[in-house]
Amino acid sequence: MIRRAFLALAAIVFAGVFATQSSFAEDKFIVVQSTTSTQNSGLFDSLLPIFKDKTGIEVRVVAVGTGQAIKNAANGDGDVLFVHSKPSEEKFVADGLGVSRSDVMYNDFVIVGPADDPAGVAGSGNAVEALQKIAETKAPFASRGDDSGTHKAELRLWKAAGVDPSGASGDWYRETGSGMGATLNTGTGMGAYIMTDRATWIAFGNKGDYQIAVQGDDKMFNQYGVILVNPEAHPHVKAEMGQEFIDWLLSKDGQKAIADYKVDGQQLFFPNANKGNS
Amino acid sequence: MDSFWSALGGAFGLLVTLDPDLLEIIGLSMQVTLTAVLFACLIGLPLGAAVATFHFPGRSLVAVILNALMGLPPVVVGLLVYLMLSASGPLGVLRLLYTPTAMIIAQMVLVTPIVAALTRQVIEDLNREYAEQFASMGVGPIDRLTAMLWDARYSLLTVALAGFGRAVAEVGAVIIVGGNINHVTRVMTTTIALETSKGNLQLALALGVILLLIALAVNAAVMALRASAVRSAYA
Repeated sequence: MIRRAFLALAAIVFAGVFATQSSFAEDKFIVVQSTTSTQNSGLFDSLLPIFKDKTGIEVRVVAVGTGQAIKNAANGDGDVLFVHSKPSEEKFVADGLGVSRSDVMYNDFVIVGPADDPAGVAGSGNAVEALQKIAETKAPFASRGDDSGTHKAELRLWKAAGVDPSGASGDWYRETGSGMGATLNTGTGMGAYIMTDRATWIAFGNKGDYQIAVQGDDKMFNQYGVILVNPEAHPHVKAEMGQEFIDWLLSKDGQKAIADYKVDGQQLFFPNANKGNS
Repeated sequence: MDSFWSALGGAFGLLVTLDPDLLEIIGLSMQVTLTAVLFACLIGLPLGAAVATFHFPGRSLVAVILNALMGLPPVVVGLLVYLMLSASGPLGVLRLLYTPTAMIIAQMVLVTPIVAALTRQVIEDLNREYAEQFASMGVGPIDRLTAMLWDARYSLLTVALAGFGRAVAEVGAVIIVGGNINHVTRVMTTTIALETSKGNLQLALALGVILLLIALAVNAAVMALRASAVRSAYA
């Protein structure tokens, strides 16, 4: 009885496995290594169906931090890289791992903080001064600490502020070593200031009494770029379909689809293709 | 507590509406985990029984290692499987990364030591009881193994359930090798992680409640099967 039941169960499971495998056979898909902000904000859920309708190509998104996305792409585990840390992206291309890099869109970083504003930075438009105040008052600050695009941008701002927060790590400077969402959950829980991209913040569902404290500084500009992984480095890269996706993102249609994506009536990303490609 | 009860309500709401995306995610979770547990049992049961029954040099060392491997950190297993299956890894040509098969492999690596270690203990206890009888009847080693595995089948069912529990609740390994790709490798645990990171704590908790209910249903089904088998065996 049990034996028969097990056999039946095994048969069902095997059937399931083969059913899934056969759906891979068509192979009309690409893997895009991207960042959590594009996924968590819902942008991809809005863009990818439009692209699939037009071309029949399924885009599979692996959403991790920019640092990890670049490493995965360098290993050849992706056809397209879509991230936000221009210096690292340019290095990726210079190392021969990517074909070329194009600007796609931008948004900006903001620093969010608790309503009681312990460092007195609310309403500021100057990120450097705000960080200096946070350091002076030793108000808690939650950092990604994960080598992501947001983390790298944050470190550039600390440098501009002339503050080395690493000495205060574990004290008022707290490195979560996690993604943006996890860091927001942790940071809001401990009353810390957090730097986040605006898209993730607007779409974030656990804001509590938090508000945007610092915004509008040119230094908090956040550029997204797209790169085709170099088929010369990784011959299995689906260069044609990958390029088709990139071309669409940079086309009038793709740029419009990005501009049209809104959460609560707010536009999250601003297309800017063909303005400073490298 | 409020959010807990509303999450519970939300869970039932999600189940009642039979959201097709949710059903797809539940289906993939079950498919991946049940397949992984099945293969883990195919390897772990004979392996554990062999270590329990046969005398060979280094046997207690193998037993210790099996026991220790029960504590394998999922993220480490995920990384190892990623490095193997990555396009730059030794098995990259198979193109298995970011597929359900990769997730099955990762869970299998996690669960096999649990099945093998617990089986070893169960069979070793049984072997102590049966050894003299086997010897007097001149039973060969393979027949001994199969006889004891069959006799211990009810205990071993619980062993398999322990493996199932570990696999179905695991997120660290499958999110690395699966990539949490929508409609391809997104399972219950990775969805919960994603919704948590979006700050949708209620939805995440509701999905957690559903995962618990599924685990409950699987355990209840296996136990009912076992009870009816016991009844027919002693009828």
